[in-house]
Amino acid sequence: MDKFEKLTGIAAPMPLVNIDTDMIIPKQFLKTIKRSGLGVNLFDEMRYNQDGSEIESFVLNKPAYRNAEIIVAGENFGCGSSREHAPWALLDFGIRCVISTSFADIFFNNCFKNGILPIVMPQEVVDVLMSDANKGANARMTIDLENQTVTTSDGQSFAFEVDAFKKHCLLNGLDDIGLTLEKVASIKTYEADMNAQRPWV
Amino acid sequence: MTAPKTLYDKIWDAHVAHEAEDGTCLLYIDRHLVHEVTSPQAFEGLRMAHRPVHAPDKTIAVPDHNVPTTLDRANAATMTEDSRIQVEALDKNAKDFGINYYPVSDVRQGIVHIVGPEQGWTLPGMTVVCGDSHTATHGAFGALAHGIGTSEVEHVLATQTLIQRKGKNMKVEITGKLRPGVTAKDITLSVIGATGTAGGTGYVIEYCGEAIRDLSMEGRMTVCNMAIEGGARAGLIAPDEKTFAYCMGRPHAPKGAQWEAAVAYWKTLFTDEGAHFDKVLTLKGEDIAPVVTWGTSPEDVLPITEVVPAPGSFKGGKVEAAQRALDYMGLEAGQKLTDIKIDTVFIGSCTNGRIEDFRAAAAILKGKKIKDGMRAMVVPGSGLVRAQAEEEGLAQIFIDAGFEWRLAGCSMCLAMNPDQLAPGERCAATSNRNFEGRQGRGGRTHLMSPAMAAAAAITGHLTDVREMM
Ligand code: SF4
Repeated sequence: MDKFEKLTGIAAPMPLVNIDTDMIIPKQFLKTIKRSGLGVNLFDEMRYNQDGSEIESFVLNKPAYRNAEIIVAGENFGCGSSREHAPWALLDFGIRCVISTSFADIFFNNCFKNGILPIVMPQEVVDVLMSDANKGANARMTIDLENQTVTTSDGQSFAFEVDAFKKHCLLNGLDDIGLTLEKVASIKTYEADMNAQRPWV
Repeated sequence: MTAPKTLYDKIWDAHVAHEAEDGTCLLYIDRHLVHEVTSPQAFEGLRMAHRPVHAPDKTIAVPDHNVPTTLDRANAATMTEDSRIQVEALDKNAKDFGINYYPVSDVRQGIVHIVGPEQGWTLPGMTVVCGDSHTATHGAFGALAHGIGTSEVEHVLATQTLIQRKGKNMKVEITGKLRPGVTAKDITLSVIGATGTAGGTGYVIEYCGEAIRDLSMEGRMTVCNMAIEGGARAGLIAPDEKTFAYCMGRPHAPKGAQWEAAVAYWKTLFTDEGAHFDKVLTLKGEDIAPVVTWGTSPEDVLPITEVVPAPGSFKGGKVEAAQRALDYMGLEAGQKLTDIKIDTVFIGSCTNGRIEDFRAAAAILKGKKIKDGMRAMVVPGSGLVRAQAEEEGLAQIFIDAGFEWRLAGCSMCLAMNPDQLAPGERCAATSNRNFEGRQGRGGRTHLMSPAMAAAAAITGHLTDVREMM
C-alpha cells in the first residue's frame, strides 16, 4: 500500500447523495482476475454512453477534472454492496481522498485498506469545499494527514478527525501485510532458527 | 516437567514466529499451495505493492479446478474464456514470482491436494495452507493444514506467515477393526453424521484409534480431507512408520543424513499421555457400515441398508432443511436407499482420486459392464496416478467396463469446468460435497466410497457393495 502523507491535487465535485458501489463499479466488471485496471470503468454508467463514447457532462470527463485525485461528495458515499472493487477502481483512476458528510461503513474501512483517505466533515464545511472544487483545475486542495487539515485553494483551513491507528497505517503505508512486515525481524529470526533445527523444511 | 501436549499443540508451538500481547500469533507457514481460482487477486496485490513472494521455494502452484479433463484438452477451445484467463494468469504468476509450478502440460499436474503429498512437499510436522478448504487433506501426514481466503493467500505470499489464534483440541477415536466393504470414506462420512457439519467448528480434530492406524496413507488422506465438512479447522493423524515409508524417496523429501534427522523429529509428533482434549468422540470400527448421503449436506448420511428419512424425524430447523433436501433430491421419505436409481457415476476428486481408490473400484468392476445408458467417468487425481493405474492394468478394467478414462483435475467435483451434471441428473460421486448445484445446476449428488460408486455403476442404483464382494 502506498503511503498517504500530504496530497495537493484537483478535487472533483460530486454533490449527488447516496452514490453506491454499483455506481462506482458496476457488477459486470467483477469477473476480473485483477484489482488493477478497473479505473477505466470507474462510474461506468454515469461516465459512458451505451456506445462507449464519453458523456461530456460527467464531471470526470471534463478537461478540468480528468486528473482529479480528490472527490468532494454528497452524503452516504459508498453505500450498497461490500465489493472491494469500489476502492480498487477509485485508486486505479487516481483518487486518493474522498470527502463527504458520511460514508457507508464497509466502504469506509475498505478505503483505508487500500490507501484511500475518506474524510468526514460537517455539512457547512463540505459546502465550502464543494464550491472550491467547482473552481476547476487551477484550484488545488491540500490534504495534510499528519496535521489533520484540509486547505482550500484560497487558504481556508479545516481540521478533521481520523482514527489514530488508521492514521498510523496510512501515514506509513501499512495494510495487514504491511503490519506483519513490521515484524519481519521476528520472522527472519524464526527462519534462521528453523534452518538450523529442521533444515529439510 | 512440561504439561502434556496434544499433537496440535506441538505443531502449533513449533510454528509461532511472533506472539502479540493479546494472544494473536504469526504462524509460520512451511508450505503454501496455490491454484488458479483463489490466487489471481493475491498476486495482483503483490504487484501493486511491489512486493516479492517471501519464500518462493516453499510455494507450489498447480492449475486444477478449471482445467478440462478430456483427452483433447491441449486444445484451448475446450476451455471457456474466463477459465482460460485464470489458468494463463497462474502460468504467468508462477513464472514472474519464481515459484514451483506444474503446468497443465506436465505429467505431474493434478489436484493440488494430491500433488503436494505425491511430490513430497507435504511432510510430517509442517504447516500447510492453500486457498482451498480441502487443504485439511494434508493432515494425514501429521501436518497442520487448512484452507485460507484470497486476502490471506496474499498475506502468506508476502510474509510466509498467517495471523492466527489457536483453535481447540478435539479427539475422534475409531476403535477396533473395520468390517469388510467398509473404507476410509465410510469412516469420515460417519463421523460427520455423528457430529453434524458444525460439530467441529473452532476445533482441530486428531483422528486416532486402531481403525485409523490400520488405514493406508491414501485412506488417511480421505479421512482428513473431509474434516472441513464437519466444520473443523483441520484434521490430524499422528505420523508413524507408514507415513515415513510413504514420504521416503519422494522428490522433495529429505535425503541421507537429513532424512535420519527428520524421522527422529517426526517420531516426537504424537499426543502425550494425559494431554487435554476439549471434546472427544469415539466410534467403534465394527459399527461403521458402507454409507451414502441422501440429502444436500454431508451430514445427511446413512448406512446403505436404511431408508430415506422423514423430515419430521429431525428436530428444529433441520425439519425444514430435510424437506427442502428431499424436494431438491427428488426423493420420498421411506424409500429404500438401494432403490434410488442413478444415471451418472463420478470416481475421482481430492477425496478419492488416488491409486488405492482406483484399485478398490476396479476390484468391483473387473470383468463387468456398467448399466446400459450410464454415464461413468474415472478422473485421476494426478497425471502420475493416471500413469500408475495404466501400468497396473486398472485403466483397462475401467475402459472395458464402459467408464471414460480421463486426464487429471477436479472435474465433476465442482461445476467450474466442462464436466457437469444437467438439471435432475443423479450422480453416485466419490467427492466430498453434495450441496445444491455443486456438480451442476439442479444436479443431484450422492456421496460414497469408490467401491460403492463402482457397484452402483453396474446395477444402475445405489447398491450395498458387500453383496458384490
Ligand atoms: S477435487 Fe473438489 S474438493 Fe478437491 S480441490 Fe478440487 S474442487 Fe476442491
